[in-house]
Amino acid sequence: MTDEPRFEHPPEERAPSYLAESHSLRSWFFTTDHKRIALLYLVSITLFFLIGAGAAALIRLDLLTPQGDLLTNDGYNRAFSIHGIIMVWFFLIPSIPNVLGNFLVPIMIGTRDLAFPRLNLLSWYIYILSGLLTLYVVVSGGVDTGWTFYTPLSSVYANGAVVATIVAVFISGFSTILTGLNFIVTIHKLRAPGMTWSRLPLFIWSHYAVSIIFVLATPVLAITLLLVAAERLIGIGVFDPRLGGDPLLFQHLFWFYSHPAVYIMVLPALGVVSELITAAAHKRIFGYWFVAFASIAIAVIGFMVWGHHMFVSGQSVFASAVFSFLSIAVAVPSAIKVYNWTATLYKADVAIDAPLLFALGFIGLFVAGGLTGLMLAMLAIDVHVTDTYFVVAHFHYIMVGGSVTAFFGGLHFWWPKMTGRLYNETLGRIAAILILVGFNITFFPQFLLGYQGMPRRYHVYPPEFQVLHVISSLGAALLAVGYAMPAFYLLWSLLPGGRRAPANPWGASGLEWTTSSPPPKHNFIAQPVVVRQPYDYPLAHPASRDDG
Amino acid sequence: MSGAVRLLLVWAALMALLALTVGAAFLPIGMAKPWVAYAIATAKAILILWFFMEMRRESGLARLAAIAGFVWLAILIMLTATDYLTRRWIM
Repeated sequence: MTDEPRFEHPPEERAPSYLAESHSLRSWFFTTDHKRIALLYLVSITLFFLIGAGAAALIRLDLLTPQGDLLTNDGYNRAFSIHGIIMVWFFLIPSIPNVLGNFLVPIMIGTRDLAFPRLNLLSWYIYILSGLLTLYVVVSGGVDTGWTFYTPLSSVYANGAVVATIVAVFISGFSTILTGLNFIVTIHKLRAPGMTWSRLPLFIWSHYAVSIIFVLATPVLAITLLLVAAERLIGIGVFDPRLGGDPLLFQHLFWFYSHPAVYIMVLPALGVVSELITAAAHKRIFGYWFVAFASIAIAVIGFMVWGHHMFVSGQSVFASAVFSFLSIAVAVPSAIKVYNWTATLYKADVAIDAPLLFALGFIGLFVAGGLTGLMLAMLAIDVHVTDTYFVVAHFHYIMVGGSVTAFFGGLHFWWPKMTGRLYNETLGRIAAILILVGFNITFFPQFLLGYQGMPRRYHVYPPEFQVLHVISSLGAALLAVGYAMPAFYLLWSLLPGGRRAPANPWGASGLEWTTSSPPPKHNFIAQPVVVRQPYDYPLAHPASRDDG
Repeated sequence: MSGAVRLLLVWAALMALLALTVGAAFLPIGMAKPWVAYAIATAKAILILWFFMEMRRESGLARLAAIAGFVWLAILIMLTATDYLTRRWIM
């Protein structure tokens, strides 16, 4: 997207957009329109992102000096706990599915809304309820268990607002379960005529896969957290050995949810990147079925790898070997996707726009995070680097470098569709590059720190680690600027006088680009009928050919 | 048979199975005791699925979704057992 859009559909029949339907507060807070609910989520997760980022800023400032001059030991524990809890459950998990997925799933399959629109709104209210409870935890002194709530720390020794936090996460789980249920039913039942499974965009396949995880994994977390609360409040013996329980059982149950939760964060990102790559390359994706089934394979195999979090916990060596093998196996479908994206870009006349830059950044960071994940899946290496900054760097490469970068890429790509406005493309490219550079300066030193033995969750450390910590903190400042930039130029584009977006500013295929920007309330003026394969480039529409 | 009568009969069957579970706990059957309890619990689950959750009327797709829940539960139990049952293999 340069100064002028390179692609333009002919003027189509006009219908009032979903944004122009009504402007009252009631029309927003009681809406059942999936597009408006997506925007409610966008605002909400952005606020939680700011709180989580504030906690991260405290952590990085504190780590500038080896003595931990800024925070007390307890304060540091609470800072990283709140950072993890908010970023995982209140930003990363809902980010792509609830914002981009909510907005796009019905439009991409050619229907007017999700299968259960009121359930969709309820999902947002449940999310807000759990978020408010988490904010209560923040202002009432916080929690010091880390986001993992390991027993017996959480059930016996921790003295923060553990039960309140557990209840908050428990409630938020219902929000994601309802979203998953809604997506599964919508994708099965509401596809437009002609939208067969082989014609589904890969974004839909990845959201289908993530919905399976939502529905099947989240209840296990809810039950597990309830058991911790029950043990803490009424002393039933599930995890406490003194009461006949087993602390490792908590880790098994927690990671049965929480490792798939990593795929909850990554799978939608993979779907976004498939869309960005094909749109930039203007080519059909290389190996459609491999990419589609890789999503399902990741969702299924991802349920069988949780024990790699427990290699040094006292888990049996045989179980560790089994989990090690399965963890290595899950890399195969992930690698298939990366190879296929690369093959799609091969010899393509790519448009180097901000969404592609985000997508390329994603691929690089995802590969680095994935390969270090393979290292951690191997028993011998994992024992050496367990609970060090190597692990911290690895999962930030996947969850932040991967998922957040893809979220930003998707937000840029579909911003014209969501708002009907074009943002400043030059600033978009600068932000994409700044985020990539800032991210690597922040987190690559943490691989080195971890390999040299810097443990995670400590804020007092030997002076020889200070240089790398200072580099990491400086990178975090750069990253913060990169993340803040889109907030300004995207909001700027909404001001009166901002450039209007045509229906298809990228010349991309997909039903969402056949309707106006922003779409009308019911997405399409007439029921679309699908007659072509997905990513059917060059576009059939005569006015959509590349004129740039 | 009317719907309400059927549901009451199923409820009565569940209560009878519950009584059986309690009774079996007092039987001198040693190591078989938990397996008897699991078997009774499985029978209860099938009754609930088939009648209360209306699986007997559902399409193949809904039944597949219900079975998926049990497959996933089996994954959880099986891989957790891989740890618990093999801890003594290598000390």
